[in-house]
Amino acid sequence: MINIVVELSKYLIIILMGVYTFSCFSVFAKENDEERKWVLLRQNILMFLIHFTAYFVIYLKIQEKKIIVFYLAQVVFFLLVIILYRILYPKVSRLIVNNMCMLLSVGLIMITRLAFPMAVKQFVFAVVGTSIGLIVPVLIRKIKGVQDWTMIYAGIGIASLLLVAVFARYSGGAKLGFTIPGIGITIQPSEFVKILFVFYVASSLSKDASFKNIVITTAIAAGHVLVLVLSTDLGAALIFFVVYLVMLYVATRNPLYALAGIGAGSLASVVGYRLFAHIKVRVAAWKDPFSAYDSGGYQVAQSLFAIGTGGWFGMGLYQGLPDSIPVAESDFIFSAISEELGLIFALCLILVCVSCYVMFLNIAMALHNQFYKLIALGLGTCYVFQVFLTIGGVTKFIPSTGVTLPLVSYGGSSILSVMIMFGIIQGLYIVREDEEENIEKRRERQLRRSGYSKKKNQKRTQRREKTTFEEVPKQRIR
Amino acid sequence: MTYAFVVLFLALMCYIVYFNIVRAKTIVNSPYNQRQDAFADRIIRGTLTDRSGNILAETKVLEDGTEIRNYPYGSAFAHVIGYSNAHIGKSGLESVENFELLTSNSFFLEKIANDFRGQKNMGDTVVTTLDANLQQAAYNALGDNKGGIVVMEAGTGKILAMVSGPTFDPNTVEDSWDYLNSEDSGSPLLNRTTQGSYAPGSTFKVITALEFMREYSDYENYTYECSGQIEKDGTTIPCFNGNVHGHEDLRASLANSCNASFANIGLMLDKTAYRQTVESLLFNKKLPCLFDYSKSLFQVTKDSGTAEMMMTAMGQGKTMTSPYHMALITAAIANGGVLMEPYLVEKVTNHKGAQIRKNVPKSYKKLMSVQEAAQLKSYMHSVIEEGITATALQGLSYSVAGKTGTAEYSLVDENKTHSWFIGFTNVDHPELVISVVIEGNDGDLSTNAVSIARQVLDAYYN
Repeated sequence: MINIVVELSKYLIIILMGVYTFSCFSVFAKENDEERKWVLLRQNILMFLIHFTAYFVIYLKIQEKKIIVFYLAQVVFFLLVIILYRILYPKVSRLIVNNMCMLLSVGLIMITRLAFPMAVKQFVFAVVGTSIGLIVPVLIRKIKGVQDWTMIYAGIGIASLLLVAVFARYSGGAKLGFTIPGIGITIQPSEFVKILFVFYVASSLSKDASFKNIVITTAIAAGHVLVLVLSTDLGAALIFFVVYLVMLYVATRNPLYALAGIGAGSLASVVGYRLFAHIKVRVAAWKDPFSAYDSGGYQVAQSLFAIGTGGWFGMGLYQGLPDSIPVAESDFIFSAISEELGLIFALCLILVCVSCYVMFLNIAMALHNQFYKLIALGLGTCYVFQVFLTIGGVTKFIPSTGVTLPLVSYGGSSILSVMIMFGIIQGLYIVREDEEENIEKRRERQLRRSGYSKKKNQKRTQRREKTTFEEVPKQRIR
Repeated sequence: MTYAFVVLFLALMCYIVYFNIVRAKTIVNSPYNQRQDAFADRIIRGTLTDRSGNILAETKVLEDGTEIRNYPYGSAFAHVIGYSNAHIGKSGLESVENFELLTSNSFFLEKIANDFRGQKNMGDTVVTTLDANLQQAAYNALGDNKGGIVVMEAGTGKILAMVSGPTFDPNTVEDSWDYLNSEDSGSPLLNRTTQGSYAPGSTFKVITALEFMREYSDYENYTYECSGQIEKDGTTIPCFNGNVHGHEDLRASLANSCNASFANIGLMLDKTAYRQTVESLLFNKKLPCLFDYSKSLFQVTKDSGTAEMMMTAMGQGKTMTSPYHMALITAAIANGGVLMEPYLVEKVTNHKGAQIRKNVPKSYKKLMSVQEAAQLKSYMHSVIEEGITATALQGLSYSVAGKTGTAEYSLVDENKTHSWFIGFTNVDHPELVISVVIEGNDGDLSTNAVSIARQVLDAYYN
């Protein structure tokens, strides 16, 4: 009997997820504010339905009361997040808030299924992270001068990375962070340095895009990457590198820099391949995880078994063997999700992440302040490239680099840093809305002032401003 | 820049879809995957049958719920069907088709009913291309001999029989595991048809003849005066049993299986072109094969000396091949030069017989031109009708074209030989392709490959 519920729930969850994902993109096409609000509300309902169905199945399978308590706690939490954002920040992008909740809930479902105690920890991280995320937009709006702390960002960033490179212990072939004794929580500084790094580059390049400054900035950026390579945190090194390339290109609009960067990157990866045994192992495991099964291919092989066995519709919760994938709850959570919830669901999950990125880009493109624009772009790239690295890695599309799937994977540092990133971008969204309001006010003032001036002039200004006015609201999605 | 990421993600998603459609099935079948055993908790392993529905492997559920894998034909299908055992693993089709056997495509209402009652669902049935009667005949013909027999359908690539000896009983494989792996058992777990590696002997003369035809367009005017042996640069190659064949053309050289004439031809060949032709017939290359196999070896290079060329051309030398590979080449000759992709699974049905998937014949590679295939076919027909090596196949109710072989395997005793036969029946419209190796037959006529091939073919046609 339970089998049938599990079997049916599997299809139900896929359908709900499909509708949700569709609305993530259809919302961009809705012109009308009312329609948009309705779509966004429907997303919330869909998310709660998926969440309920999954926890219902989990309860049926384990039959323990703690699941019900945990489920209710999560419902309260998600309701609070959605309501608080609406009350405190009526201006933020609600699509991002919805996606954030969606990704968190999917992660929590899978981690609960894999290891209940971890899920509880993850939930605590999520609560703390969201609380911080709720404060960040205020800070972005209120604190002035963030643009000028260029060297402070770089200093703190490199210093903490060096600390890790020198003092941290190896875990899984890489030096990642420090474990706080007693509570068993590991802090991964590189997760937070990412944000500092984006701030550093944005601040430096927005002030001065001269060749000299670009050389200095590139050198310092390369310093970050080098320290990460030395602590063999290749995933993070790659993310820093790509984020820098994108930001440099957008700041200068000079394709030569981008090409030179790609060239240097290729060269560096060849040198890295020659120098580090760690990289060779990863590449060998990527080429043929089965022949390198005992020397590092094990993880990817297990991941591929999981994805392949799950097929389009998945095995259903508790029907597969995701426990056999190493670190299934963090780096390989995508494989665990594919196995039990199916590839259709997993593909939808990718699209939800992409929809977040599209929204980030929208925000970035509409910002007028170059510093803010670069930050939004840098953080957005950081997010989307990490998604690409982790999913590409576990599906054997690219060599596995050992990074987490933001908001879905288990991991305190990962959740906190992503929440801060989302908070910053939401803050920038508010800044943008403020900018727009200012423009509108200025326009009105201008109109009023020039109301009786020459008619020809007025027409021209009106027409010009009308076009910008039409462009901007199209991207305003709450 | 922004588009770059969109493209990256599109590529990633396309890859994932591709992975699931194309690659997933092979990967899931990997012996490292413990998930398949998890399937067994919810599904009763499906049945393997021959082409007409005879059960080759089935799972019997005892009253207390324990499941026993039963192989009604015992050791006759030991290598091709293989075994499935929780403790020692899987082999043969039991291993290759594991995923299908542990997947249930039963009618969904039936599945729901089973779920309600908490009962296991029935796995799918894999209908093979094998012919139980033919397989049994080949098994009987091989008897206690070491060696291998492959029978295929020329026009489709269907494998009808595959027997390897010595063999074992898959029903008791777990109990006899230690013996089967011991040194004095003669490696019964080895599937000699695909994993065996033998010198091709005179069967290779067919390939040498093909290369000669390619290099010399006037090959029909080739003549040789056989004096019972040939000597060049200090190497002497005698004809079999010291026979003197006298004046002969290419057809007669092949029909007589004249070593001296073929050694002579070997000396006329361009070494690079020779290697190219042989490699185009899949020597030194991957074979289309579901099972573990040994690659065939051909080692002539442009630096090869006189002795090596003479030896190689008549099928000794360093060349190595398997009965399976020789069957593929023979099938291509019979099929106008085109090798059809060999296959063993006709279709997959659910346990009630409703079809889920069906394999259809498809061509794998064109190994030679239609004219070349026709010429070789005609020569191989002469081998049976005019030669003295395969008289056992003359004057039967079915016509045969083929080539025998005697491969020396001892460096000191030239009487230590393996016996080969490759051929096909119904020469005008080829039907069955057969390839036989008998190990260490040492020239005994009653158990040579030709007479064993005849027993198999007789069983099919009479």
